[in-house]
Amino acid sequence: MFLINCPYCGERDQQEFKAGGEAHIERPKQPTELSDDEWAEYLFMRKNIKGVQFERWNHAHGCRKWFNMARDTSNDEIKAIYKMGEKPPTQ
Amino acid sequence: MRNKYSIFSLFKNALSYHENWQRAWKDPAPKKEYDAVIVGGGGHGLATAYYLAKKHNMQNIAVVEKGWIGGGNTGRNTTIIRSNYLWDASAGLYDHALKIWEGLSQELNYNVMFSQRGVMNLAHNLQDVRDLKRRTHANRLNGIDAVYLNTEEVKKFCPIINTSQDIRYPVLGGTLQRRAGTARHDAVAWGYARGADEMGVDIIQNCEVKAIKRSGDTVEGIETTKGFIKTKKIGVVAAGHSSVVAKMAGLKLPLESKPLQALVSEPVKPIIDTVVMSNAVHAYVSQSDKGELVIGAGTDDYISYSQKGSHQIVEGTLNAILELYPIFSRMRMLRQWGGIVDICPDASPILSKTSIKGLYFNCGWGTGGFKATPGSGDLFAHTIANDEPHKLNAAFNLNRFVSGDLVDEHGAAAVAH
Repeated sequence: MFLINCPYCGERDQQEFKAGGEAHIERPKQPTELSDDEWAEYLFMRKNIKGVQFERWNHAHGCRKWFNMARDTSNDEIKAIYKMGEKPPTQ
Repeated sequence: MRNKYSIFSLFKNALSYHENWQRAWKDPAPKKEYDAVIVGGGGHGLATAYYLAKKHNMQNIAVVEKGWIGGGNTGRNTTIIRSNYLWDASAGLYDHALKIWEGLSQELNYNVMFSQRGVMNLAHNLQDVRDLKRRTHANRLNGIDAVYLNTEEVKKFCPIINTSQDIRYPVLGGTLQRRAGTARHDAVAWGYARGADEMGVDIIQNCEVKAIKRSGDTVEGIETTKGFIKTKKIGVVAAGHSSVVAKMAGLKLPLESKPLQALVSEPVKPIIDTVVMSNAVHAYVSQSDKGELVIGAGTDDYISYSQKGSHQIVEGTLNAILELYPIFSRMRMLRQWGGIVDICPDASPILSKTSIKGLYFNCGWGTGGFKATPGSGDLFAHTIANDEPHKLNAAFNLNRFVSGDLVDEHGAAAVAH
């Protein structure tokens, strides 16, 4: 359990939020052109990183807005929070 | 040759105050080369090594474990064993395991305390009732024992359940698999370790894999904290860390690793002589031989390797437990812990070859791998030895995520994910 600093509402308890999994997975621009392997890659394959991971969160019991987070999955430490559409931090 | 455990050896060792028991397995340094290396010394990995040595005559093999054997999810689960899965492929896989469980203590000469005390799954709403009845029929068609119980029969089988109809999620019925039950999880790891070690398998603890070396599409060996080990076959059984090992080989898996929590109470006299699971309210409980209530909570929704979990998950489970078993209201909980489970999109495991020759993965067991330990080891050993899956694990290949031929056990398996 940890505190999350929602970019719209400020610091709130984690149980107000819903994790949305790996961030920056781009939906294929031309789905009809995709091979089965490419579909599997998009739909199912995940980095599942141990270390700093970029992921999506939703403030489900608050403002209900989505945002991104960089979090170290080995100790749950939140490194950065940034809005949807923004590029992930490089540091 | 190892001494056989028996009532006589127990008596003999009692005379010397149990100070002269033989070591159950050696502590070898890794050799330069093995015919196969198993990465991960949990129940599944040790069972794989055991069956490779026993059934496929591969004795020059090693199990490398980054911590100590059985210290991961093998020692963290709630020890439930059952095979009442909905789909044919799952039924085949889990019942294969259950059949091995039934003779495992004798086979290993190690008491794994397998207890067929029955597993009951409760229904709390009309959809649950329909789903559980459907599963009961599916189980019977697959030769798996299953019966549907109405509310009175549930109460009769487990009298401490609150079956009054005015609670928030009343008990409308349930299923019972009598052959299901529990086993002592540590003993499973130790028994397999002892059995494998006796046949010449090297069990190397405190040895973490750092890299997988390959030339082209063929594996050559592993780089570990105890040096390089050459091998042509690598079986990865790394549970929550499967994706981490896969990355070393340049592979991506369809897994997400999440914390799953469990807790035990203070020990009390026998009060519940079966295992009761409730999918809808997420509460499952059994009682260990020490007298502790063993309670399984749910997974968190975020990826984490921290072996911790959120308090509200435990709170939700205990709310449900208290409503179903008001008699536990003054019990104190002694310990709580988390394990990292690797969950597949279809909630079924992967026992498969990969695109890299000589690299095999046994992962994706998610929240329910313990019950499958003997079957998983047996079938994975077959897959590694023959470079082909057994017909019982053919459906659990990695390619199903490309072909779309998923074994969708989410919810259908009577398990709360």
